[in-house]
Amino acid sequence: MAPRQTPKNASGNTHAAAPAKLSVQELDFYYGDFQAIKKVSMDIPANQVTAYIGPSGCGKSTLLRCFNRMHDLYPGLKTEGSILLDGQDTHASGVDINLLRARIGMVFQKPTPFPMSVYDNIAFGVKLYERLSRRDMDERVEWALKKAALWNEVKDKLKTNGQALSGGQQQRLCIARTIAVKPEVILLDEPTSALDPISTGYIEDLIHELKTDYTIVIVTHNMQQAARVSDITAFMYLGELIECGQTDQIFTDPEKKQTEDYITGRYG
Amino acid sequence: MTTGSSVTSKTSEGDRMQKLSASAQERSALKRNGLVDRLFELATRSSALLVLLLLGTITGSLVLAGWPALQELGLSFFTGDRWAANVENFGALPAIYGTLVTSLIAIAIAIPVSLGIAIFLTELCPPKLRRTIGTMVELLAGVPSIIYGMWGVEVLAPFLQSHFPSVFPAGTGLTTAGLILAIMIIPFITAVTRDVMHTVPPIMRESAYGLGCTTWEVIRHVIFPSVKGGMLGGVILGLGRALGETMAVTFVIGNNLFLSATLTGQGTSIAALIANQFSEADGLQRSALLLLGLVLFLITFAVLALARFMLKRMEQRAA
Repeated sequence: MAPRQTPKNASGNTHAAAPAKLSVQELDFYYGDFQAIKKVSMDIPANQVTAYIGPSGCGKSTLLRCFNRMHDLYPGLKTEGSILLDGQDTHASGVDINLLRARIGMVFQKPTPFPMSVYDNIAFGVKLYERLSRRDMDERVEWALKKAALWNEVKDKLKTNGQALSGGQQQRLCIARTIAVKPEVILLDEPTSALDPISTGYIEDLIHELKTDYTIVIVTHNMQQAARVSDITAFMYLGELIECGQTDQIFTDPEKKQTEDYITGRYG
Repeated sequence: MTTGSSVTSKTSEGDRMQKLSASAQERSALKRNGLVDRLFELATRSSALLVLLLLGTITGSLVLAGWPALQELGLSFFTGDRWAANVENFGALPAIYGTLVTSLIAIAIAIPVSLGIAIFLTELCPPKLRRTIGTMVELLAGVPSIIYGMWGVEVLAPFLQSHFPSVFPAGTGLTTAGLILAIMIIPFITAVTRDVMHTVPPIMRESAYGLGCTTWEVIRHVIFPSVKGGMLGGVILGLGRALGETMAVTFVIGNNLFLSATLTGQGTSIAALIANQFSEADGLQRSALLLLGLVLFLITFAVLALARFMLKRMEQRAA
């Protein structure tokens, strides 16, 4: 693999060849009085997989949920600083938050198929923002299910309830649902933590496939997974971004001692 | 299997216990436990049987007591459109009609209102207000029915009469009773709906919001389909109460014993008719009232059975 120019460290001095899709700038986040994210700045390049690793409670999931402003659903949470999507501040007032979430899709720790058929699970999100003819919708559903490597397994049961599929199929259904909307960024929050190794393998392959069309940000507890699927890895600890760089470099030759300790299993 | 072998089969625990105590004592302890188990099972089983026995006895005595009226009146009991005790004319239609119509009006009003309250409480309400409103809804459920009755006849009926005289010439009537019943069952349906809404995992909401749904779309397409089965349970609970409610209805239904096939006119219900007449009834009238009681019992039973059936079908379709 040819080495790519990527963000070098936490202070944000980048030499990115790939343009930054998302740019985090001096981000602070508070759960009430508790500061969960401390002055994080980094760029997330387009069409690459960026992985966040770190021990539980380090703020990586919290940061992920800042990207699509999921925190806005709950009172008492406060964000300071900014996150730019294509140069536009997503946290500015007047931003259409629903539209933002349509542009930045998200897949969660557990599969969450909606209480409707497999077909409608995919079509539902598409219908929110597009008016498609029956045929176009059929095509879109098939396209999304094929992209998510699920089509062959469900093409004969598109009318069955999505919640009746197996756990691994459900999670791929959720990925299909997310990409059917054609977002620009896909956030994956520990997408395989509830799955068996075979389903995990499917989803990791999928992540590789998807990065040609999407910018992918993944949070994972599993360091091997980060090493396998990502181009860029960011290590967080106690709300701070300790180090961020090319995955090969982070795993073989980290600059910071804390990163090395974590990679080699000394804590976390 | 003997007691001895079952002790030795629990090797890990058995080894430890043998060191601590003599095996004879141990065995007697086990035996005593077995006895307690059997006593416990007997006690729970007889409690469950008591329910069957009670249900059977009540049904049986209603049938027995109503039998003379059924023999005397035959089908005319169910088709007669007036209940005139002085001429021994006992037609149950006005009461059956009144019972069904008031309950349906109550349900039709209560379902959307309860759903609205539950959605507001779980999805939209600021946390501080949530507890206050929740407690008030629960208080509403605890108000004795006679209070609702008095309020209905003192406040609601005169209000309706003075503001909508063409629709409610007397103030009291079937719709007035339906309104009172709606107020009485709203807390039940609300409480059940709110509880099932709480069972929808937050991550489910988040994934819908994550697709770009508005709050309305999340509620309409994701939360409501997940809770409608559970909500039906609350509706049935409310319907059961509405069908049998006596005191509040007696106050405001108008107690007109002739069938008036309207929604707003004065009428009666099974429970109200029985409550009004039973203490002074004897002979055929008494038997007819008891038969009427049996009819109410069967209607309630049928509603419950229908609800079970609908729930089952919903579950089958979901699977």
